[in-house]
Amino acid sequence: MSTTLIAPPGAGGAPRDSRPGAGPRRVGGGLLDPRQLLRGLPDALRKLDPRTLWHNPVMFIVEVGAVFTTVLAVGNPSVFGWLITGWLWLTVVFANLAEAVAEGRGKAQAAALRRTRTDTIARRLTGWSPGDPLDAATHTGQGTGSGSGSGSVGTAVSGVEVAEVPAPQLARGDYVVVVAGELIPGDGDIVEGIASVDESAITGESAPVIRESGGDRSSVTGGTKVLSDRIVVRITQQPGESFIDRMIRLVEGADRRRTPNEIALNILLAALTVIFLLAVATLQPLAVYTKASQPAVPDSAALTSHGITGIVLVSLVVCLIPTTIGALLSAIGIAGMDRLVQRNVLAMSGRAVEAAGDVGTLLLDKTGTITFGNRQARAFLPVDGIDEAMLADAAQLSSLADETPEGRSVVVFAKERHGLRERSPGELRAATFVPFTAQTRMSGVDLADPDADPGRADPGSEEGMPRRQIRKGAASAVVAWVRATGAPVPPQLGEIVDGISAAGSTPLVVAETTRTSTSSAGGPVATRARVLGVIELADVVKTGMRDRFDEMRRMGIRTVMITGDNPLTAKAIAEEAGVDDFLAEATPEDKLALIRAEQAKGHLVAMTGDGTNDAPALAQADVGVAMNTGTSAAKEAGNMVDLDSDPTKLIEIVEIGKQLLITRGALTTFSIANDVAKYFAIIPAMFAGVYGGLDRLNIMRLATPESAILSAVIFNALVIVALIPLALRGVQYVPSSASALLSRNLSRYGVGGIIAPFVGIKIIDLLIQFIPGVG
Amino acid sequence: MSTNVAGALAVALLVAALVITYRPLGDHMYRVYTDRRHLRIERAIYRLTGVHPDSGQRWPVYARGVLAFSLVSVLLLYLLERVQSHLPLGLGFAGVAPPLAWNTAVSFMTNTNWQAYSGESTMGHLVQMAGLAVQNFLSAAVGISVAIAVVRGLTRRRALASAGDPGRSGDPGRPSRGGAAGRAGGAAGGGGPGSTGDELGNFWVDLTRTVIRILLPVCVLAAIVLIAGGAIQNLHGDRVVATLAGGHQTITGGPVASQEAIKEFGTNGGGFYNVNSAHPFENPTSWTNLFEIYLLLAIAFSLPRAFGRMAGDRRQGLAIVSVMAVLALGSFAIGAAFQAVHHGTVPTAVGAATEGTETRFGVPNSSLFASATTLTSTGAVNSFHDSYTSLGGATLLFNMMLGEVAPGGTGSGLYGMLVLAVVTVFVAGLMIGRTPEYLGKRIGSREIRFAALYFLITPILALLGTGIAMGLPGERAGMLNSGAHGLSEVLYAFTSAANNNGSAFAGIGVNTTWYNTALGLVMLFGRLLPMLFVLGMAGSFARQEPVPVTAGTLPTHRPQFAGMLAAVAVVLVALTFFPALALGPLAEGIHS
Repeated sequence: MSTTLIAPPGAGGAPRDSRPGAGPRRVGGGLLDPRQLLRGLPDALRKLDPRTLWHNPVMFIVEVGAVFTTVLAVGNPSVFGWLITGWLWLTVVFANLAEAVAEGRGKAQAAALRRTRTDTIARRLTGWSPGDPLDAATHTGQGTGSGSGSGSVGTAVSGVEVAEVPAPQLARGDYVVVVAGELIPGDGDIVEGIASVDESAITGESAPVIRESGGDRSSVTGGTKVLSDRIVVRITQQPGESFIDRMIRLVEGADRRRTPNEIALNILLAALTVIFLLAVATLQPLAVYTKASQPAVPDSAALTSHGITGIVLVSLVVCLIPTTIGALLSAIGIAGMDRLVQRNVLAMSGRAVEAAGDVGTLLLDKTGTITFGNRQARAFLPVDGIDEAMLADAAQLSSLADETPEGRSVVVFAKERHGLRERSPGELRAATFVPFTAQTRMSGVDLADPDADPGRADPGSEEGMPRRQIRKGAASAVVAWVRATGAPVPPQLGEIVDGISAAGSTPLVVAETTRTSTSSAGGPVATRARVLGVIELADVVKTGMRDRFDEMRRMGIRTVMITGDNPLTAKAIAEEAGVDDFLAEATPEDKLALIRAEQAKGHLVAMTGDGTNDAPALAQADVGVAMNTGTSAAKEAGNMVDLDSDPTKLIEIVEIGKQLLITRGALTTFSIANDVAKYFAIIPAMFAGVYGGLDRLNIMRLATPESAILSAVIFNALVIVALIPLALRGVQYVPSSASALLSRNLSRYGVGGIIAPFVGIKIIDLLIQFIPGVG
Repeated sequence: MSTNVAGALAVALLVAALVITYRPLGDHMYRVYTDRRHLRIERAIYRLTGVHPDSGQRWPVYARGVLAFSLVSVLLLYLLERVQSHLPLGLGFAGVAPPLAWNTAVSFMTNTNWQAYSGESTMGHLVQMAGLAVQNFLSAAVGISVAIAVVRGLTRRRALASAGDPGRSGDPGRPSRGGAAGRAGGAAGGGGPGSTGDELGNFWVDLTRTVIRILLPVCVLAAIVLIAGGAIQNLHGDRVVATLAGGHQTITGGPVASQEAIKEFGTNGGGFYNVNSAHPFENPTSWTNLFEIYLLLAIAFSLPRAFGRMAGDRRQGLAIVSVMAVLALGSFAIGAAFQAVHHGTVPTAVGAATEGTETRFGVPNSSLFASATTLTSTGAVNSFHDSYTSLGGATLLFNMMLGEVAPGGTGSGLYGMLVLAVVTVFVAGLMIGRTPEYLGKRIGSREIRFAALYFLITPILALLGTGIAMGLPGERAGMLNSGAHGLSEVLYAFTSAANNNGSAFAGIGVNTTWYNTALGLVMLFGRLLPMLFVLGMAGSFARQEPVPVTAGTLPTHRPQFAGMLAAVAVVLVALTFFPALALGPLAEGIHS
């Protein structure tokens, strides 16, 4: 049962629960704002530096070609030559623009993060160790929310000194004291105290969270703000290595290294580039020979007695080499990371994102992921002689002021099942609510007027003694409370309670006492106590989970539920949720063993975790998503951190990983398929003058050789810009079987990639044929 | 019966024969390469040569074996050619000149069998039998061995200690606490560092078994069949006979049938006579013609069966063989159509393009032979490819440009197709959102690097060779035709050499020092470099533990994948060679 007043964001909160049931289209991304293109332009021009461009062999070759045609155009100016040269340069700029725009989004986020990393002054404790008492000088009033404590320097009682130091000077292992209103100077674990912390700087979630020493909620992040109380934090980071520092580097792409799959694809693209370079280079002697064998044919813009002109040769190379995917490849990778960041997930490496797409086994914690974080009322089981509606009514009354999720669920369940309307506490002015305490292990309500219908309590009759008391709580506590009045407890109660416990649910016993008096003042009072029945609290599987797991199965991903419950309970929930397998009574060692076993079978394993216990398993898993609410150890061990601490997000991460690879594959296919149309544009343009028959290959009926070649070059450049949004957003991903996915993407990007350029080149040709010197 | 009906029947008969022998021949090869026992004669050979037949070789060792064996083969054949005048059965021929001897030695070692000479007037019987025929066997065997090594790399799985229990996982609702612990224990116990586990087999064993258990028995039978059909088999030298017209004709005899059998079965193609399978002593009747076509297709079309069985999934083999079959039949249909319907005056008058065809076989059976010989790396001919219609000739060129994968040479066809499959899986795998995997083996940067190098080699050699030859005025003069057709002749020569096909368009004088040297180098690199890269790829696959198949795995046995593989093969080739083809056969064949 939660002791925090404010639930941490995302721990099974209601708003997120509707999401699994949403339609199949889930993974999306931000839209491309045309202004982003403009903003990326300076960066794009800066990237023309060959030393930078060298890392992208395909675009480097385009740049070399552009330089070459520039020289040719200067030496032998023509409208055609300059137009080609201009568009070749644009091709390079467009490619750089794609990367710049992708990086630009990250940079905006980094700037926002940098603002949080202001020059915090830390108050470092020396000579203090956990457990020592602290001087009042370090202590400010609780919950003031003001920064009143920041200036105070004090000496502690037993030789503990407090010194103000700039945050960057803190080293690992230092203790700092932070009070309400101050920023936490660095990443660390709380070793003393409890506080509510505003983490909106990194999570964007405005609701504060509770952090306390010990346990799995002890970690704090530098740059977040303490709102109440006072805590002592042990710094766990090295200077300059804080979580925010790493986040900034990640979103800026400074740490970006090519992922294995990106490297492999680059090799394939390089090989294709070599082939096309060679096909064009060796064409030259053939062309010279061809022209020489037909001396009567006059020279054209494309073919002279010296062979194919340099400008046309470069155009052909640029059109054939896979420029589309070459231009967009790095943007796709950056955007993939960015899509994760937009979902408040920080991936520590691109490798982890890629691995997410390959995951074969998902380990999901039961609580919070598959079921709601807290147990919920599922049934009212009255004892003999009590009407179920009566029990429901009493249960609801006793829970009206109970703000725990369990309490709320009782109110909601009574309303849904028995049509009892939800009453606000203010309606029952005669009611006094008795909160839960660890001593009584009960909560409930005392009602002043026993005669009035509890639903319509009469505010007029106020008396000193409550006329009706309702209590709900642990069976033993409530039974003791009833017995204290001398009333009997029906033996049937024990059976009901045991039955509920055996099924893995939690029983809450509801009982009441009523006082009846004959006269209005001081008359004899009869007290009657009785047990009404039991509320069954059970894990409730989130709606839509079964569909989601079915989807996973179609994608070839096995889901395993991890729970501390006994095997019987675990089995019941696993069957209800539709997971493939479960691990009951799981210890951290069991988790680790399960991950190793799955990996030994060749599966990639993904899991979420938050506790220090989870750290080994998080480190072992191929994709380990640590919850931001978790401990520093967990965050350190995983390769992703979910700032929302939403365990269901693992499923989205897998989809983003897949989407990243699909986008690469789709654009590669598209890029290569484009070449077919370009050949049909350029080859006839070059040689139809010599061999009239080849004009029959000009199936697009392009106006002139010049317009044909120029159209192909322009199309080649424009298609990059046209596909930037797709590269940033990622292609649409619908979870389905491999075959279905392949068919879809092949028809869309393979067949589409063959057809699209025929249409595009023809349209461009229709427009540019009116340019003098081209048409 | 018209020739077209006869041709259609011949194709049907051929397909039926190949379908019938797919299983027995494939299964036989599977058994040969997975058998743990050695025949007595094999053991004797291993003892003589100092081979440890039961030790596995990792890919560098296997590749070294292939390279060393191949280079020694070239050297020995070269020497034999040079000194044939001093040896018996030389028929009085002089030693072969160095450039031609080099070219021929490389040509036969690489399974190309490009012939810049005419057999009956250059090579004595000893060179034919002890040199060329021996290389016919060995080069075919090397190809098959490499293919089998590649298959082993792709399908190798290390023994899993206790995880081999697929029935237990994926069982919904099973209390798995104990199961998980058991699996973890198994994983900890298995996968020990005892053996490297990434061996590709033993090259010397594969080579020996291929010759003794597959090539020799079939070739003995095939030779007898050919003799029965009228092919000659003797050790006679030249015979001068008086012709009916009163003139004299010199007829050379020799061990023709024995060489003919392996020439086809090993997809070699080097003819005893200059006119190759158009010669009545090599290919006496139309049924021996069909028989020879069957022989040259048999191994290449059956190896996928062995592959499927080694992969433990016959459907994988079926997928590969269907891609081969679709490409082959499609290409044959197009080529035959170009031969049958040509708008030229003579072809229109006689009903088909008969020029350059042997009248005993007719146009359809010539097209069939030409398609089969260019689709495999055989290069034997029964008609004159130079005389085909421009587009018919373009089809033959395209067949070779496919990289000899449909079905390709003995062994080289299979490993070529597997490399293409790897590239296809790579792109297709990305499109389904997973790190691509073929047969459970992940295709990472190392594997794709080897695959990329593999498919770079032959286009580079063919295009560079053509480009250089066309750029040198002296070599251009070798062409007997001018214009586009002349260009086609040079393009054909280098494409044939780079892909180790060996068929000649002819119409080009290639017995010059430059062509002999250049084509020799192209053949050598076109054979050994791809083998090196494909073995490297296999070695890298062999080290991997296969990933289990799930619903998210790209199925590589369905028509969908087969179709994509065929499309990738065609599109890659078309994109690479389109410009060159445009200036050659397309320029000639497309009329405005």
